[in-house]
Amino acid sequence: MPGASAVARRPVLPGFVRATLGFLRRQPFAVAGLAIYLLFIVTAIFADQIATHDPREILFRGAYRVARYLPPSTTHYLGTTAGGRDVFSQLVHGSRSALQVGVTAAFFVVVIGTLLGLLSGYLGGWVDRVIMRIADIILGLPFLPFVLVISALTRPGTTTLVASVALMLWPNTARVIRSQVLSLRERGWVEAARVTGCSTWRIIFVHIAPQVAPLAALYGSIAVGWAILTEASASFLGFGDPAAISWGLMLQDAFANQALSRGVWSWFVPPGLCIVALVLAGFLVSRGSEKLLFPKLGD
Amino acid sequence: MKRFGARVAHAGFVLWAVATLTFLLFRLMPGDPTLNFLSDSFSEEMRADLLQSFGLDKPLPEQYLIYLGSLLRGDLGVSFLQKRPVLDILLAALPNTAALTVTALVIAYAFGIVAGAFLAFARGTVTEGIAIPAALITRAAPEFWLGMLLLSWLSFAWGIFPSGGANVAGSEFTSEWARLTSVDFLWHLVLPALTLALYLQGLPLLLMRATMLEVLNDEFIVMARMKGLSRWAIVMRHAARNALLPVATAFALGLGSSFGGNVVIETVFSWPGLGRVLVSAVQGADYPLAQGAFIMIAAVLVLMNMVADLLYAWLDPRVSVGARR
Repeated sequence: MPGASAVARRPVLPGFVRATLGFLRRQPFAVAGLAIYLLFIVTAIFADQIATHDPREILFRGAYRVARYLPPSTTHYLGTTAGGRDVFSQLVHGSRSALQVGVTAAFFVVVIGTLLGLLSGYLGGWVDRVIMRIADIILGLPFLPFVLVISALTRPGTTTLVASVALMLWPNTARVIRSQVLSLRERGWVEAARVTGCSTWRIIFVHIAPQVAPLAALYGSIAVGWAILTEASASFLGFGDPAAISWGLMLQDAFANQALSRGVWSWFVPPGLCIVALVLAGFLVSRGSEKLLFPKLGD
Repeated sequence: MKRFGARVAHAGFVLWAVATLTFLLFRLMPGDPTLNFLSDSFSEEMRADLLQSFGLDKPLPEQYLIYLGSLLRGDLGVSFLQKRPVLDILLAALPNTAALTVTALVIAYAFGIVAGAFLAFARGTVTEGIAIPAALITRAAPEFWLGMLLLSWLSFAWGIFPSGGANVAGSEFTSEWARLTSVDFLWHLVLPALTLALYLQGLPLLLMRATMLEVLNDEFIVMARMKGLSRWAIVMRHAARNALLPVATAFALGLGSSFGGNVVIETVFSWPGLGRVLVSAVQGADYPLAQGAFIMIAAVLVLMNMVADLLYAWLDPRVSVGARR
């Protein structure tokens, strides 16, 4: 009976769209978060046009004198690094690697976490036990030390970082999705789908998955921030991709080259601010959508 | 009691799994781990000797049993580079990490709880509009960057605090306790502890505020209000007590995760703690030391996760009622 699935799905979409539009009007925080995301996405896309110099190029002033520690000026908006590179251009190009790391890590966290949470919650039994045991073990691993050890034992680089962040963060998402599924599977329309002979897979992915999607998205937007912070920390400790241009590496470069004792604020303050802004955007969006998902909390 | 036993057994299982995972991680990674971890200047004979002395020439299952046996005896092997027992190195670093973590957590939670409770009453005011984003910003900032800002400002520019280390070089003390309570140590502790506290306070603040708002709508609060109790009595004796539950749990969890999370702060402030031992061991390819430091950090995390669960069940009898019957 196809009617069952139609009945099940009908209230989801229009209500969700309407709520989204309403929430954009009522949630200035979330709108601010989305605006920050948009700003960084545009910067990342047009990085080549926005940057004033090649971020890797060693600049000279006069003959054979490397342009080190130049103060901010009209040619170098944020001055230059100890290696004679343009800080502003590095900052602009850094948005690319930050978004790349954040979005890919969040994607894998959401996909793995949702999939395992759905299976664990709906199938129960030994599947549930095995998945939740693995989640317990991963939650017993210290986050950053584990990422460092993995980076040291394999090839350090963006792929390793993204993989280890995804590996470490999926249990949180899976646990929340699982508990949601546990209550969803007892609802009438899932019961109806089961009675009408829908296959288990169809129930999980067609009837239940869309219901938990907003929750998964919420955990995804937090994972973006975690991934960016982890990449920055790992790069700062010297476990990043040395060929990449990232905010974490900029900070490491500044720290290792006495930017602090020299008081070169224009070098080490902006990358940190960019990280804060991008991570904050994720928090703001998730706080806003939390109210959308759990309206009771907002009262 | 049954619940207690089950939770301890569960922690034991996770510890065993983490230890096994660590063993496999350090030995089954692509490439020969001995080549990764022994420096190029070693001759072939020295390498064979070392392999033998670390038991790396034996088959893997046998190595695994030896490894588990020594772990249980508290024997973590000998450091490649420092030629000292790993346990000694870790135990020397442990008090520094513990002092830093506990100080920062106590400051962060004392501030967070008070500020969070206060903010619960400031709903819809300008204060709330400023405080909540401010708390979120401290959660979004990389810890090491906060440390760099404080360092450049209070240490390099104004010269108030030392820029790194835990004691002035060359200072001697009669005992470890005398060192940890010396003015010199506490002076060095200020900046790293402040940085960590700044990063940590957002969680208890937001948590306290959220649970406080929830509790204030509960029936027993309405009842207390109807009895004509003062606002202060309601907040302190009735609401805050119940709102503290999740915060207490978060404290225990924070203690566990900060032990490992301190890695970056300890690096920024050259703080001689566990995290820094781990980083330098990993960078210097000192494989027994890296493994030992990782296991110790993980053990603290697992134990504190267990404490958090038990604490919650003990503080909130509703959680364990079902299990007791």
